Amino acid sequence: MELLYAITTGVLSTCGLYLTLRGRTFPVVVGLTLLSYAVNLFLFSMGGLTTDGAAIVHGEGVYADPLPQALVLTAIVIGFAMTAFVVILAMRARSEVGNDHVDGKKEDRE
Amino acid sequence: MTLLWIALLPLLGVLVPLITAQRDRSVCSLATSVVPAAALLLTLLQVPALLDGETLRFHAEWMPELGLELAFRLDGLSLLFNLLILGIGLLVLLYAHFYLGKDEPVGRFYAFLMLFMASMVGISMSDNLILLWLFWELTSLSSFLLIGFWSYRNDARKGARMALTVTGAGGLALLAGLLLLGDMAGSFNMSDVLASGATIVADPRYPIMLALILLGAFTKSAQFPFHFWLPHAMAAPTPVSAYLHSATMVKAGIFLMARLHPAIAGSELWSVVVPLIGSITLLYGAWFALFKTDLKGILAFSTISHLGLITVLLGIGTPMAVLAALFHIVNHATFKAALFMSAGIIDHETGTRELKQLGALRKTMPITALLTTLAAAAMAGVPFFNGFLSKEMFFTETLATPVLGGLSWLIPALAAIGGILSVAYSVRLVYAVFYAPAKEASPKAPHEPPHLMRFPVELLVVLCMLVGLFPTLMVNNLLELATQAVLGEPLDFHLAIWHGVNLPLIMSMVAFVVGVVLYWRHADLRRFAQSFASVDASRVFERAMISLEQRAEALVAAWDGHSLQRFVGWLLLSTLIMGVIGLSQITELTGPKGNQPIDGVLLLGAGMLMFGGIATAATHRYRLISLLMLSVVGLFVALTFARFSAPDLALTQLSVEVVTMILLMLALFFLPQKTPPESSPKRNLRDMLLAGSLGLVIASINYAVMTRDTLSISNFFMTNSVPGGGGHNVVNVILVDFRGFDTLGEITVLALAGLAIFKLLNRLRLFIPHSDGEGRVWSPDRYPAILTSISLALLPLALLVSAFIFLRGHNEPGGGFIAGLITAVALILLYMARGVEWTQQRLNFPFQPVAIAGVAVATLTGLGSWLFGYPFLTSAFSYFSLPVVGKFELATALLFDLGVYLAVVGATLMILANLGKVTTAHRPVADESKDDEVTPPPAKEQS
Repeated sequence: MELLYAITTGVLSTCGLYLTLRGRTFPVVVGLTLLSYAVNLFLFSMGGLTTDGAAIVHGEGVYADPLPQALVLTAIVIGFAMTAFVVILAMRARSEVGNDHVDGKKEDRE
Repeated sequence: MTLLWIALLPLLGVLVPLITAQRDRSVCSLATSVVPAAALLLTLLQVPALLDGETLRFHAEWMPELGLELAFRLDGLSLLFNLLILGIGLLVLLYAHFYLGKDEPVGRFYAFLMLFMASMVGISMSDNLILLWLFWELTSLSSFLLIGFWSYRNDARKGARMALTVTGAGGLALLAGLLLLGDMAGSFNMSDVLASGATIVADPRYPIMLALILLGAFTKSAQFPFHFWLPHAMAAPTPVSAYLHSATMVKAGIFLMARLHPAIAGSELWSVVVPLIGSITLLYGAWFALFKTDLKGILAFSTISHLGLITVLLGIGTPMAVLAALFHIVNHATFKAALFMSAGIIDHETGTRELKQLGALRKTMPITALLTTLAAAAMAGVPFFNGFLSKEMFFTETLATPVLGGLSWLIPALAAIGGILSVAYSVRLVYAVFYAPAKEASPKAPHEPPHLMRFPVELLVVLCMLVGLFPTLMVNNLLELATQAVLGEPLDFHLAIWHGVNLPLIMSMVAFVVGVVLYWRHADLRRFAQSFASVDASRVFERAMISLEQRAEALVAAWDGHSLQRFVGWLLLSTLIMGVIGLSQITELTGPKGNQPIDGVLLLGAGMLMFGGIATAATHRYRLISLLMLSVVGLFVALTFARFSAPDLALTQLSVEVVTMILLMLALFFLPQKTPPESSPKRNLRDMLLAGSLGLVIASINYAVMTRDTLSISNFFMTNSVPGGGGHNVVNVILVDFRGFDTLGEITVLALAGLAIFKLLNRLRLFIPHSDGEGRVWSPDRYPAILTSISLALLPLALLVSAFIFLRGHNEPGGGFIAGLITAVALILLYMARGVEWTQQRLNFPFQPVAIAGVAVATLTGLGSWLFGYPFLTSAFSYFSLPVVGKFELATALLFDLGVYLAVVGATLMILANLGKVTTAHRPVADESKDDEVTPPPAKEQS
């Protein structure tokens, strides 16, 4: 199970990173979102993978580590805010520069 | 406490001119001068205590672990400098009142001046190395503002920039030096540092530390070869020059050398380097002062020369030399301030500072002529003036010093030449301006200035003469205190005008005769000087700066070529290298915990995730499809969280997924629908390899961590959640209680992002596409009927669910984040189903205040715990019971969570509703008067 999880994280990171290396803004934003999914999964797994052990404490028992969960929860929300910021920056850049290339140069490279 | 007030008053004084700037100038000047006058009075009130042998201190902890403290001291040296800074500061204020033109922003000028004064007082009184450095930097910054005050003038801007570059670079060196010094002494407290001189000198790092600190002092005090900024700083208004270059800015370096004298001066290195640099500066400045044709230029170079003189004395470092140095600091400050002010008066009343256009002013400005002559006599070291006394002491000390061994005669020889040149340029200054006939007419007909403008000069000249005539009476006590502060022990000395006929006196006499002769043969001398190619320091400096910029630019260009792709590529490559290095340190990838078994559902989930990811990347040129694939990943991530015991995360991910997709769809509407094929296959392969290797590294690290047992701090949270936080849902308790401060930071970021987006969308010019990527026109059916009818019914239900999720969050999965997202989604659904106009009519309020209110509620909840004497964000809770509802709990954490809820709703809607509004603004509306810059697309008119 751990191996499968790790492979999934790796594949998602690879796809996200590949997209961040593209030359147009939109694929880069998509790539960043994909990468943040992978990073969230990665962070989440730092507490180990627990089945049926939600951290709602009622006496003794096996519970999942709540700390990575709390971290990831805020990371998801902040991730959304940052995605929104970047994508609107991309829109603004397109309206100012006239193209959607990530280098933000005036001359259109197409 | 009084010490703190002395240090703080000038700083508060920055506000006074700003407040009174709108009033009459006299009101503004008077109000401003009250502040330094009060500080001066407070300083003077401390004199009796100082005379009793006390050193006054104020001390408050700041960050004791780092050696930071708010510590001030007032000893003899600080007293001497405070008197100069505040006293001459007051005179400069008075002078500036008349000097500045009617239309000039005098409030701003005074504010800069007060800021500068405050930072100088801070340097003089700091009892901590880091604090001293802080004020030191503040002088660099405020002097930049002052020198560049006439910012419309090219030379003022250049001069200010040069001064800032040189003194700022010196400041950085000084910081490094002071950190080293503090490390050697084991403390950053000045008193500790001064007491551990022997340890410091014996330390192997001593030479480096000394070099760094001297760099700081020499750049500030314009010692060769860093002197070049000072003449260019003459572009400042004359009151600034009179202040910065007589008593303050350039004396800061001298002050530093005097202040740290007990700690760092006791070495051979010091007594060779410092006198040597000082003598070179002394001669260099005096020589060039002889040939300048600008009145202030002469004074600038003479200042450099006199600073060199003081540096020599501090370098020699014997008790009598230190005494002479301190004495000359006072003397130079008085006569040079007077001379600068006279130069300003002449400039003001004749319209020029060029020697060519000046001459015979004795007839039109007799009093100014007299004052200037007297001040220049002090500068030249004429007997019965203060300059004579300290110059005699200087000659005596240079004769006695053995610092250069067999070559020690060099120092008095250089000193004598310096004395000759000093006489020559002083004579030239006075004679050419007041007595010799002018070669050209001055722009304005000269006349005497207003009497009050001349008053500071009169006062300073009288001081020069009084000190020269009655040195014991005037300055004995002050110098006694100051030398004691520098040397650590009282020094027995006697200031006398007449020592009999001895070598120093003969040196003075020779200097006078030869100096006058030199001026008499000035024309020949000038011809001689002109036979050397002259170097324009400002040109050299500008060229050096430009070439530095170009090189930096070229380096950056060679590295990433101003391409984000290459930049990201380098970033990823270095991450890869570091990841590989880290991974190679562990012997075995699989840890002792091993794998848990796999089942079919897991396999399917992982398969879908990987498929979604790969499909997103593979179809990225077809953006809409890529986006759909991305949403598959998002949904399965939510399921993954649910599968591995994280219901809170699953709920959050699900609702964020919804808003993210809406956001990206909206954005895609304004961006090209397709990506043109750009990258070469080679490049694609390279990117794939890079991303793939990084993916492998990430997977390996992830696997290695998961199969090992980790030491988690979560046990604390698990055991304390119910008794300490009053909640069963530990994730939520961590968010709103244990780590509430982090959460507060996060919602602040969220609200800020929302505000930033709001700003970015402001006046955004957009390309509205007529059709989708395939050339198909948009569907005329803007609001699907089913969605429209369902959305209204769903809204109360969704709000109810969100309220439920919010309230139970402390004990069951839920909480402010999730509830906020659900509310946001419900409202956005309304926007989507009914359109922005419809919704806005019914939901007519801006979301910015909601987000801000959220952050405010959370902060206030945190602050509330202060009222009860607890640290920030301590939560309290109690159980209540109500009929029907039963026993329930109320915690302040709930209030905090309410803040989180509001911030999330506000920020999310601020982002999406505003973006949605942008689309609507360009759609055709019934009102024709609305004139948009983008013509509405014809396809839209059907709706």
